[in-house]
Amino acid sequence: MSDRTILHSDCNSFYASVELLHHPELRGKPIAVGGDSEKRHGIVLTADYTAKKFGVKTGMALWQARQVCPEITFLPPRMDHYLRFSRMAQEIYADYTDLSEPFGCDESWLDVTDSVSIKGDGLRIAAEISNSVKSELGITVSIGVSFNKIFAKLGSDYKKPDAITTIYRDEYKDKVWKLPVKDLLYVGRSANAKLTKLGIGTIGELARTDTRILEGHLGKMGLILWSFANGQDDSPVKVENTHAPIKSIGNSTTTPKDLENDEEVKIVLYTLAESVAARLRENGFRCQVVEISVRDNELLSFTRQRKIRSASNITKEIAEEAFRLFKENYNWRKPIRSIGIRGADLVTDNFWEQLDLFQNIEVREKQKKMDTAVDEVRRRFGFYSIQRGLMFQDRALSAVNAKEDHKVHPLAYFG
Amino acid sequence: MTSNKIYVDVIAEFTKDGRLLPISLKWDDGRTFEIQRVTDIRRAASLKAGGVGTRYTCIICAQEKYLYYEGNSLWFMERAGA
Repeated sequence: MSDRTILHSDCNSFYASVELLHHPELRGKPIAVGGDSEKRHGIVLTADYTAKKFGVKTGMALWQARQVCPEITFLPPRMDHYLRFSRMAQEIYADYTDLSEPFGCDESWLDVTDSVSIKGDGLRIAAEISNSVKSELGITVSIGVSFNKIFAKLGSDYKKPDAITTIYRDEYKDKVWKLPVKDLLYVGRSANAKLTKLGIGTIGELARTDTRILEGHLGKMGLILWSFANGQDDSPVKVENTHAPIKSIGNSTTTPKDLENDEEVKIVLYTLAESVAARLRENGFRCQVVEISVRDNELLSFTRQRKIRSASNITKEIAEEAFRLFKENYNWRKPIRSIGIRGADLVTDNFWEQLDLFQNIEVREKQKKMDTAVDEVRRRFGFYSIQRGLMFQDRALSAVNAKEDHKVHPLAYFG
Repeated sequence: MTSNKIYVDVIAEFTKDGRLLPISLKWDDGRTFEIQRVTDIRRAASLKAGGVGTRYTCIICAQEKYLYYEGNSLWFMERAGA
């Protein structure tokens, strides 16, 4: 069998690049996307290349970033923007292949083997994709071109930003083997520590190590890593469009006064559920897990989650599940300071599942239609133009809006 | 600092074959310009104005100008000389 042609495309400093496109006045200056600079907390999600030069890294607290780079501008994340750009990038990829597997919202593997005879070799396709993304989206990508997914990913990391790196079968010994072993996908902190102990520092050294030694120290994973290092990765690019490119959508609030009974909690939970469910619908996602987080007035907090029967973005289902979770898990020894809801384990509208015999499909359909109608009314006349009766029992509590104050959690790397 | 992204009022036509074509636009000083011809339509980013959309290459007063449809019912242009 002849080699496959696999591309891995990685949008450089994705969030920061999208923000810079929309803020021409900040280009060339250090910026970071993350946190909430008003409230002066949070972490850096992405820094642009100028800020990276100062030593600003993803995951730093904002104050740390400010310390290494006093000039830095912080921009609050706007996930909806990034998802829009992510979709537009996917549309460009779709011109070349239907075999596209997103990895988070800024990376994708593409199997272009079948396009090579029409569009030219992998390098040529990569160059075309890179140009299209640049002119249509105004951001840059790094692309790795190889014969398997692992090396394609290595290739996109090899040179950044705005670069194309090939790692073909006759090249990988020169290009890949000298790299540190931690660059290999799935070599995390603990595997790296074990390998270091064995005196394995580079991918080449890993490739030449006896598999029995690796198996002894790392188990099955040792064998897998060894085959990766030797370019033996047959895993297909999965046509995977049922998983959302993000992990969860959530919303939490510190209420204007402490909550003291079930009824008050219910009002706040329903308000939060409205915004979480509306955001899920807006992006075409449904959640399979509902999670609540509760913090009492002595700042003791906990979270509880549960898988729901069928994936949902129906406000009522999410709110009811959240309230049920709360009832089961809170004993009212102390009043509550803040409370939150998250919809997690997200799937897209392409996700299908077995219908539940004991659930009334018609009722669900009706609720879906009702939610759509409410969304439409709110889009045209504002959030407060239509409200649940429950909200009128305490206007102060139900005024915690909601949509502006949301959180979207990016996918974890090794999720 | 003034932005180089100028949102403009646009009169446009939805054609029966499903296309959206701008007919005329109102610049931020109140003058209205007729779009004589659209020579190209493609998705493009405007680095100058800072945005992305469907870019219409328009002939206005015998000059080539870009008009962007952002997709959220908003149209914008780049300020000249920016």
